[in-house]
Amino acid sequence: MSRGVLATEKRGMRELGAEEHVGWDEVTQGTLLPSFEKDVDAAHVRPEERPYSDFNSYTATVASWRVIKPVYNRDICIDCQNCWVWCPDTSIVSRDKQMLGIDYDHCKGCGVCVEVCPTNPKSLLMFGESEETEAALAKWPEKKKKAK
Amino acid sequence: MAITSIKNLKEFSTANERFEGAHLLCPGCAHSMIVRELMNCTDDNLVIASNTGCLEVSTAVYPYTSWDTSWIHIGFENAATAASGAEAMYKARKRKGTLKDPDAPVKFVAFGGDGSTYDIGFQWLSGAMERGHDFTYICLDNENYANTGGQRSSATPIGANTTTAQAGRVSYGKKEKKKDMVAIMAAHGAPYVAQLAPNKWKIMAKGFQKALETEGPCFINTVSACTTEWKFDPKDTIHLTDLATDTLMFPIYEIIDGHELNILYRPKNIIPVEEYLAAQGRYKHLFKPENKHVIEQIQKDIDAKWEYLQRREEARV
Ligand SMILES: Cc1ncc(C[n+]2csc(CCOP(=O)(O)OP(=O)(O)O)c2C)c(N)n1
Ligand code: SF4
Ligand code: SF4
Ligand code: SF4
Ligand SMILES: [Mg+2]
Repeated sequence: MSRGVLATEKRGMRELGAEEHVGWDEVTQGTLLPSFEKDVDAAHVRPEERPYSDFNSYTATVASWRVIKPVYNRDICIDCQNCWVWCPDTSIVSRDKQMLGIDYDHCKGCGVCVEVCPTNPKSLLMFGESEETEAALAKWPEKKKKAK
Repeated sequence: MAITSIKNLKEFSTANERFEGAHLLCPGCAHSMIVRELMNCTDDNLVIASNTGCLEVSTAVYPYTSWDTSWIHIGFENAATAASGAEAMYKARKRKGTLKDPDAPVKFVAFGGDGSTYDIGFQWLSGAMERGHDFTYICLDNENYANTGGQRSSATPIGANTTTAQAGRVSYGKKEKKKDMVAIMAAHGAPYVAQLAPNKWKIMAKGFQKALETEGPCFINTVSACTTEWKFDPKDTIHLTDLATDTLMFPIYEIIDGHELNILYRPKNIIPVEEYLAAQGRYKHLFKPENKHVIEQIQKDIDAKWEYLQRREEARV
């Protein structure tokens, strides 16, 4: 079974805290929260192939935190991975040295990725949360001339 | 140790992430940049313990965990204790032959904020360093008790406005200088001690890998820009960290075996410290005429420290 990379069955399904579990005050000392449904060496398994358990925050979403969002323009991107290394929310999805896009379930809209993107014009820009991707791409600025 | 290639960012980006999203750290928080990088630096098994602070509280909001490795949630001052205890247990079980997979490589890591590292967990950290456990302690130094609303710690620099060292009519904020934790850890004779910053991702990754590979207790102080308490726009975390390293407010260096000091980053253009201070709300009051002397003091201290570090490096003692 192959799952998509940018949207998987077990991702962003719930707002944080919306589940039915024993209450936080019923948890006893030494309780374990398993990140996966079975033993997995995550360092050698890609996220889309992992058996995430319901306790893993990967299955939750913080999308509602955003008022602005980054939009990605593949045509200009040079796959430098600056956005990948500095995203604080593990929300830049890169596979095989290629930037694939943004994980909007986990992105909080901080704008760090836009700031560190070195292309001209940038390959990532912030837009209002409700802006459609197509519309955002249609508004992309031209290459800026260097001020002499 | 199986280390991830950090030759360039493209290769580094093939690492399989083990620090998951939907933690509750603020947008733009540098804590997660640093933790992600540490975890992406190796594909060994990791046993991680966290002191209480923004990182611990935000990555384990019941019923969720953001950690894909073994991770111990423990009290404010106990990450070094927990990590060293786990390491001692691991060694004992290896000796007794009771480990399920004795050949699997495993590394022990502890994370603490500056409040827990410099102040409240200080003696526990010192004890673990002195006992010589094989682990790496990483301080996420945002120079205040951020998780409880921005109180001063002994890592807070002179002149910063905090909720317990407030700037106002009679005070310019914190009066005391920052404690030199790197020197204190080096004085324990630790095999590897460093101060690193996430804007210099490759230097930081190399330092992390060195610490993980080194046998014995290693300590790394990382500069962790805090958008909420330092008061700057979340998008500017890396820009602000650039100012921190390029004004030499945070020099990047390592100390090996307690004495051999190497400077790891020399800014091409050293920026006056005003520029770093002016970019943050916590230093706003220093630009009033009556507080200018504090800025001068900070610049003087920076220059003296840089001179000292360069001389120590040259002396090779
Ligand atoms: C013994 C003890 N004292 C105080 C607290 C309350 N407390 C929780 S988090 C925190 C601040 C942590 O500051 P720091 O270690 O710098 O980490 P940061 O949140 O800044 O990352 C404090 C004071 C506690 N949990 N335990
Ligand atoms: S806006 Fe922030 S959280 Fe979202 S992808 Fe960019 S860096 Fe990551
Ligand atoms: S920082 Fe910009 S150019 Fe580099 S990979 Fe990200 S989007 Fe592409
Ligand atoms: S208060 Fe500071 S350290 Fe804590 S989560 Fe927010 S930005 Fe990060
Ligand atoms: Mg702190």
